[in-house]
Amino acid sequence: MRRATSVFGWLAAAGLLAGLVMGFGVAPRETTQGNVQRIMYLHVPSVWVAYVAFAVVFVASIAYLARRAEAADRLAHASAEVGVLFTGLTIATGSIWGKPTWGTWWTWDARLTSVAILFVMYIGYLLLRGMIEERERAARYAAVLGIVAALNIPLVHFSVVWWRTLHQPPSLMKPGGSAMPGIMIVALVVNFVAFSLLYVYFVAKRARLLRLEEEAAA
Amino acid sequence: MTFARRAWVVVWKDLLVERRSKETLNALVFFSLLLLFVFQFALGPDRERLAATLPGLLWLGFILAGLLGLGRTFVLERENDCWEGLLLAPGDKSAIYLLLMLVVEAMLLALFVIFFNLEIAAALPGLALVVLLGTVGLAAVGTLFAAMTAQVRARELLFPVLLLPVQVPVLLGTVKATEAVLLGEPLGAVAHWLKLLAAADVIYVAAGVLTFDFLLES
Repeated sequence: MRRATSVFGWLAAAGLLAGLVMGFGVAPRETTQGNVQRIMYLHVPSVWVAYVAFAVVFVASIAYLARRAEAADRLAHASAEVGVLFTGLTIATGSIWGKPTWGTWWTWDARLTSVAILFVMYIGYLLLRGMIEERERAARYAAVLGIVAALNIPLVHFSVVWWRTLHQPPSLMKPGGSAMPGIMIVALVVNFVAFSLLYVYFVAKRARLLRLEEEAAA
Repeated sequence: MTFARRAWVVVWKDLLVERRSKETLNALVFFSLLLLFVFQFALGPDRERLAATLPGLLWLGFILAGLLGLGRTFVLERENDCWEGLLLAPGDKSAIYLLLMLVVEAMLLALFVIFFNLEIAAALPGLALVVLLGTVGLAAVGTLFAAMTAQVRARELLFPVLLLPVQVPVLLGTVKATEAVLLGEPLGAVAHWLKLLAAADVIYVAAGVLTFDFLLES
């Protein structure tokens, strides 16, 4: 298990290095946005990892309530932490991109808003975990919250999209094929893989740490 | 006993307690009146500005009253050591809080009409529908989270922190729908918001019923 984790760690490191080379070196300079556009290679994979992380929280929460396996609870806890981290990264990189492109650090656009709501929702999840002392009760309550929060994601999505939209439409997956040149897609895919590996590594490390903390406390 | 019967027993008990003590309802109505003063002082006497922000203010008032009222849902049970009693009769407590919230909201609406000199007679049926849809969602999640935070340190703090982000779809939907209804638009113009609210209600109530028992066990 530990060996597998460190393999993922090295793969993630190699992937991130390759991703940086692809994103900053190989991929061409975008004509209208200039070099600022390159932050996409970090921004889009971050939000992908965040959504994957919260989906994992959802599944692990159901698994915990069904089986009461502590491993499922630790997975949910670790995944929520990593998800919050990557949601924060998404918001930060988006802001850095938004300042020169839109002229503002923050705007109440639909997708910005829904990611921000996601961020505070799962910070609340981590707060709840932190405030309950008994291990078993914390796991149970957090699992219920993990399920409700995940079910809420589509509702948040639709409500803020109808509320307002300014974000540029997705350029990767849209009807009629992608508008991006092939080399940019390759650079993006390399970063997707690297970030996914990094996610697995972080979660495995964090879950192991949680287990060791419990053993030390017991 | 069937689920419906058990739920009714719990509702009846809560109604009886509330009718005899009147502590939640009285305080909430008074609180609503104070909110109205605060809004008036914060916005000044300009009627047009007030009219433009009215839907938002109205729901801000409902949500704040809900945070106070719903947050108390399980305080009585905890203070009187009735938690185990609830375990024996695991009905859903959200029904009583739905009733309570609707009463408070009717009062708050009446206060708005009187103090802000509004003409809402024509919009009343549409408004009632929006308020009902919004309140079901608020009460369903609110009761669930109140049960979650009842036994937690810093409960007064954690409850709004958890509830507010999850309520964003309900808040957006109700404010937009209220705005349209008050402007005299037909309900068909905001059908998508009403559908979203209905979907949110179904999801929250179903999630609440399915997960509530996990919160009660100890």
